[in-house]
Amino acid sequence: MVQAIAFYAFAFVTIAAGVMVVSSRNPVHSVLYLILAFFNAAGLFVLIGAEFIAMILVVVYVGAVAVLFLFVVMMLDINFVELRQGFMQYLPIGALLGLILLVELFFVIGIWSFLEDGSMLTAVIPVQNITNTHALGNVLYTKYVYLFQAAGLILLIAMIGAIVLTLRSRPGARKQKIADQLSRRSEDILDVVKVKEGEGV
Amino acid sequence: MEFSEFLDTYLVPTAITVAQIFAIIVPLLVAVAYLTYFERKVIASMQLRKGPNVVGPFGLLQPLADGAKLFIKETILPSGANKILFAMAPMLTFILSLIAWAVIPFDAGMVLADINVGILYLFAISSLGVYGVIMAGWASNSKYAFLGALRSAAQMVSYEVSIGFVIITVLLCVGSLNLSAIVEAQKTIWFAIPLLPMFIIFFVSALAETNRAPFDLPEGESELVAGYFVEYSSMTFALFFLGEYANMILMSGMTAVLFLGGWLPPMDIAPFNWIPGPIWFFIKISLVLFCFLWVRATFPRYRYDQLMRLGWKVFLPLSLAWVVITAGVLVAFDIVPTPLSG
Amino acid sequence: MEQLLKEYLPILIFLCIAVAMAVGMVIASFVIASQKPDSEKVSPYECGFEAFDDSRGQFDVRFYLVAILFIIFDLEVAFLFPWAISLGAIGMFGFWSMICFLGILTIGFVYEWRKGALEWE
Repeated sequence: MVQAIAFYAFAFVTIAAGVMVVSSRNPVHSVLYLILAFFNAAGLFVLIGAEFIAMILVVVYVGAVAVLFLFVVMMLDINFVELRQGFMQYLPIGALLGLILLVELFFVIGIWSFLEDGSMLTAVIPVQNITNTHALGNVLYTKYVYLFQAAGLILLIAMIGAIVLTLRSRPGARKQKIADQLSRRSEDILDVVKVKEGEGV
Repeated sequence: MEFSEFLDTYLVPTAITVAQIFAIIVPLLVAVAYLTYFERKVIASMQLRKGPNVVGPFGLLQPLADGAKLFIKETILPSGANKILFAMAPMLTFILSLIAWAVIPFDAGMVLADINVGILYLFAISSLGVYGVIMAGWASNSKYAFLGALRSAAQMVSYEVSIGFVIITVLLCVGSLNLSAIVEAQKTIWFAIPLLPMFIIFFVSALAETNRAPFDLPEGESELVAGYFVEYSSMTFALFFLGEYANMILMSGMTAVLFLGGWLPPMDIAPFNWIPGPIWFFIKISLVLFCFLWVRATFPRYRYDQLMRLGWKVFLPLSLAWVVITAGVLVAFDIVPTPLSG
Repeated sequence: MEQLLKEYLPILIFLCIAVAMAVGMVIASFVIASQKPDSEKVSPYECGFEAFDDSRGQFDVRFYLVAILFIIFDLEVAFLFPWAISLGAIGMFGFWSMICFLGILTIGFVYEWRKGALEWE
């Protein structure tokens, strides 16, 4: 019973937050609602027993990706009123996409009801006596090694892409160069001058 | 359903859980209050002053007086602020610093929620801490607050990466994400000894993560007055304050669990194992907290570029290298731990 | 499964209590203390003069770069968690698989170091 209540509470808040992401006027509020939605999605994951995925969702999406979103919407000087003017223009495409997703969802549910035994489609693979982090670790790095390395390459591309796109050297900025500071010797910068009496330097 | 059945299956367990939760929260809040007192006393004696000594004997009632004062102050909501977010930010900080304690083991089996992914839960909660800061800075609509929040956010995320790698090195030696299992794995030797460099990196990163000196740039009073909470007053300020200090205690608790053997005595011999586990845990937390204060009284503040360099160019490669070295040693000598159950 | 969820219930209850406490403390203080706001009191803090402009402006792009790099390294850490605890089960192959993954990312790290992306000026 508690499980059911928790499920409906999480699911309801997730959907409500999702609606608010789209409809709220202030982009910062949108991102905060998005975070709320992520958070509740993590709760849903815990309910189906996927505790590792739930925690990673919070760590990666809430703790990292959403921080970047917040940085961007808080600090970029985008005129959001102007952005909203394109709303009607994009409405047909958006509606079409939504419709396609809805149809796909119906297919999934339809197949489920056709099959006699729907257990093969359930999200939880029953693993006995092992935590799902262990279960994941046992296959991810050996059985799915190519996909795993592909993930590494994608991260590498993301890293390089981020630097290529955002790194601009600011002219006139002063940096501390520790190597230069350490390699400076007193002989290079100091001259000991023998001053003759009565003449000055 | 009969009433007695309802009572047995839901009401009684819930009541017990609530009682346990208060058994965590109340001592924690008392500890936070007296940590502020302890901090002022320790720093005062390091600077040859007396510290608080007027309110009550030895100034022992000072934290209560401070709390009461903050409570009856006026709550100021700045005119340009986003009122709801402005009020939510300190609450968020406070809530996060409390709920993290749900998974901390105080003794063998003495833990509120013994979840399989305990350390990940702590990592997740600490990665959320940045929101309180960003929200406060943005909602205040003040330059100082915003700059402080920005600095603080960048600093917290930078050091979180090295905290992640340090946790990985510990996990390699444990083979489980459960916090009780992490403590149990230190029966033979505390991880602070074989993983000493990681222990130091973790401690320094914890200082940066909690915005403590020498990494307290976000609140650098000489330039940003108080950083992200410059606009806060009364209870909203108090919640930030409580949250920060509770976070400090939490970080010390994490240090104790990961490196100092949690509730375990230093040696399992006669005079040491008479003392119960929670007391040992308390002693270890206090020692780490003392180091937090000691550092504050000793070191000057870092410059921002130095801080970022330390995080990204020193700690990150060093901790990553240690992950590889630890794993390599464990695999090479075939001593990787394989716990029977997770 | 049941056992697993039973461990999470206290966290949910804890969350509710913490929220109630935080909200309760602020509201209680708000009600009990006298509230007399005036226009000077509620103006944003500035060293004695009026604020020039709205404080939310453009910022150094470096902050975004830090956030992006943080996401990437956070993902790397996320990949390391299951590996760290099941290293005993996956043995040598699993070990070298991860070393290869870390090697790829180290290339990226060296690249950003050489490019000066980690420098703060």
